[in-house]
Amino acid sequence: MKLREIQNILGAEVITGEDFLNKDIQSAFGSDLMSDVLTLVDEKAILLTGLNNPQIIRTAEIIDLFAIILVRGKTPEEDLIKLAEEKKVTLMTTNHTLYTASGLLYSNGLRGVKLDE
Amino acid sequence: MNNSKDKNKIKLEYSIISNDFKRAGETSSNIKSILKKVGIDNKVIRKVAIVTYEAEMNIVIHSYGGNIKLMVEGNNIIINAYDKGPGIEDISLAMKEGYSTATDEVRELGFGAGMGLPNIKKCSDYFKIESSTEGTRLLIKISF
Repeated sequence: MKLREIQNILGAEVITGEDFLNKDIQSAFGSDLMSDVLTLVDEKAILLTGLNNPQIIRTAEIIDLFAIILVRGKTPEEDLIKLAEEKKVTLMTTNHTLYTASGLLYSNGLRGVKLDE
Repeated sequence: MNNSKDKNKIKLEYSIISNDFKRAGETSSNIKSILKKVGIDNKVIRKVAIVTYEAEMNIVIHSYGGNIKLMVEGNNIIINAYDKGPGIEDISLAMKEGYSTATDEVRELGFGAGMGLPNIKKCSDYFKIESSTEGTRLLIKISF
């Protein structure tokens, strides 16, 4: 699924990384725990999170996440936006809750990441 | 810092400042890009990045400051993370998934879930931890 389709399904507003919306996404993960996110193995994954601080961009960078979707209409602070731009991470915000956003994407065919166990 | 293109000459050292949440993660980011430049396998880089990021967060969150050293020796990446006190009271508890002594402030940042040390161990081929009231020392090897 293209990042652009994800944006449309969630009615999300793109904050950074508009140029990367044609990227193909294989899977998704929803969490507010960055240590959990760090156990992901999937390469072409996105993260849905309610966490709204620069550590989400750091985490994305460490495991090469393609995009981060902030849920429940959260608006990031300037330092988070700057870091996302610098690290070339696509950042979007949707008004849906984590549960609804995940359900919408899943029912449209985007599966969860495979865990490395 | 010396980041020669030759893998075996890589020897990096970073100091990590206690409570510096703004810059937390920069060291790991830097290490990641240096290892990428010398052509280390992406899967290995990912493990190194996770290990150094978790270790960096631990130093920022729990210690009075410390440092992270990384060197490449043969087919191993050797990571040393050292911090100044207060140390870990019970290492076997700290190694348990879900056990944490982090404050609510740290949890709000998405850390302090008690996954840090278990994650580090999981990504390592060799893992050793020593801790006293003087500080904590981690020795990690990741093979490629």
